[in-house]
Amino acid sequence: MKILPLSVKNLARKPGRTTALVLLTAFLALAVFGGSVITLSLRAGLRSLEARLGADIILVPSEAESKVSFRNMFLQGTTGAFYMDASVAEKALEVPGVEKAAPQTFLASLKADCCSVKIQVIGIDPSRDFTVQPWIARSLKNELGDMEVAVGCKVGAGIGETIRIYEQRCKVTACLEPTGTGLDTAVYCNMKTMDTLLAAAEAKGVSHRISSGDDSVVSAVYIKVRDGYDIGDVNTALTGKLRKVTAVRTRSMLTGVSDSLAGISRTVTAMIVVIWVLAFVILLLAYTLIVRERSREFAVLRLLGASRNMLGRMALYESAVCGLIGGIAGTGIAAVGVFSFSALIEGSLGLPYLIPGFSTILCLAAGTILLSVAVSALTSAFAAWRLSRVNPGTALRDGA
Amino acid sequence: MLLQADNISKTFFRNTGSANYFYAVSPLSMEIRPGTVTVLTGRSGSGKTTLLNMLCGILQPTEGRVLMDRTDLYSLDDAALSRFRNEHIGVIPQARSAVDTLTAEENILLPARLYGKDPPAEKARRWMENFEIAHLAGVFPRELSGGELRRMAIIRAVIRDPDLLFADEPTGDLDDENTHRVLSALHDLAHGENKAVFIVTHENDAEKYADRVFRMDRGEVFPLA
Ligand SMILES: Nc1ncnc2c1ncn2[C@@H]1O[C@H](COP(=O)(O)OP(=O)(O)O)[C@@H](O)[C@H]1O
Ligand SMILES: [Mg+2]
Repeated sequence: MKILPLSVKNLARKPGRTTALVLLTAFLALAVFGGSVITLSLRAGLRSLEARLGADIILVPSEAESKVSFRNMFLQGTTGAFYMDASVAEKALEVPGVEKAAPQTFLASLKADCCSVKIQVIGIDPSRDFTVQPWIARSLKNELGDMEVAVGCKVGAGIGETIRIYEQRCKVTACLEPTGTGLDTAVYCNMKTMDTLLAAAEAKGVSHRISSGDDSVVSAVYIKVRDGYDIGDVNTALTGKLRKVTAVRTRSMLTGVSDSLAGISRTVTAMIVVIWVLAFVILLLAYTLIVRERSREFAVLRLLGASRNMLGRMALYESAVCGLIGGIAGTGIAAVGVFSFSALIEGSLGLPYLIPGFSTILCLAAGTILLSVAVSALTSAFAAWRLSRVNPGTALRDGA
Repeated sequence: MLLQADNISKTFFRNTGSANYFYAVSPLSMEIRPGTVTVLTGRSGSGKTTLLNMLCGILQPTEGRVLMDRTDLYSLDDAALSRFRNEHIGVIPQARSAVDTLTAEENILLPARLYGKDPPAEKARRWMENFEIAHLAGVFPRELSGGELRRMAIIRAVIRDPDLLFADEPTGDLDDENTHRVLSALHDLAHGENKAVFIVTHENDAEKYADRVFRMDRGEVFPLA
């Protein structure tokens, strides 16, 4: 370690050179860490979406087609104000091949006085639901009682608080895990609570009546197809049997997402690879130039009895420190950027976006920093190793 | 320590018409004994620096051996030879040789620090005072004059108390008073501390301090007086 103090002085007393190297590595670390977090978040978003969406087919009233984009409904969980007769669920079950039919009722709240964001209320039937129930169950031990709600993580209400929806007080009994979609701003209640809320909304002039005049309405019915049945056939049968109802296959939607996700993943990965190859070349070039500029200094050190090995170590220490500082700085800046603009990124991609857990992020950060250190050290050691073959006597001859 | 050059020569590539190499130093044998000052003079380009570099262990001869108390220098591996140079051989190169990121004093103490030895700060101070650069201890090389840098390099070469001291035109950029100071200091090292000193110089005065004088001409070395 006798050479280390020399490295430290070299770094401290050539601040321009040190800063340039730190900035270069910081830029690389930024690209790698930022790119990786975005890719991983998209993957995690898709996984959570797949896990949540056990449904093969979704039934919505035909009029919904003009009111909501199904793609957004799926990916982002946006809902709309459209309703059909509650009996659709029972009728669907009569179609051969339908294993489960879970109704949901949507209600868009007015700017709720509880919350900063406009929330969506979703009524579910816990006894029949198979789509969101497993997800809700992870945060909620008992079933949702009357006038109780489970809130998405972005609603901003804590357990035990009361939120008012159309003047009705609802008690928050659970906060749900993030999904990376619009569902994070939704509120879930049981069907009985939903009926109360619908009536309250009606009183405020928000209509949900349907022409049939039946009191009981639902917005969508999620269908699970029995194993061994062809989803396409069941889809056709459902469309044939149910009037004024549109049946949408979820698989086609998810495939689309997977495809665009794979595309984005590939692009980001390719970009990271290109950046690193470029970086490697630039760093190698930078260190070659620097080392050449320092050839006289190296020759003097050799003359005074430093071995080639020691010179290699000196260059290695210096670049490793630059790599470390640059790596930490770049990762830090990327982290601040990615996390503080995650809403923006999420919005502009239009895909489910779920930032990975703390430990994954930590591993990723550590990996990025390690990589920065390794690449810096490798390129500079290579440059120094090449230079130390030059005879010190010859190097000292030039000039003066 | 006794240094013996055993039939060493150095050739470099150069198209001379009859061959594509030439002898910068023709084969020669010489001994450099403790307690003596050896002076080598000769015109520019005659091969003095090349010979000195071979003797001090930084330039491998094309042929022949350099023995230091029977150790063949160039048979050592890089780590061993480097360490040997650090401990036993001091070199004052002809060219500017400061490490720019270190102050004058740090430059002087660098040979000791390279191998984790206690820096002989007291000795450094004494020599700096003697050479009138004590007030420049904390100054960086880019702010020093050629003569000041030269004196710094001389102190750095002796700081590890080497058995052999090589100086390549050490007085080239010094005034008369400092030339005298440097040469008599080197003379004292040989006669007071039994070191072997080898000086390459143009300075005619230098011969006054010498025990043996050689003259070099086109790679050949001749003894003088
Ligand atoms: N590395 C080298 N490659 C080719 N020629 C060299 C090299 N080093 C020295 N020479 C040549 O060898 C000759 C002797 O050089 P040098 O020993 O520096 O002379 P001096 O020190 O006496 O001025 C010169 O002609 C020089 O050009
Ligand atoms: Mg010379």
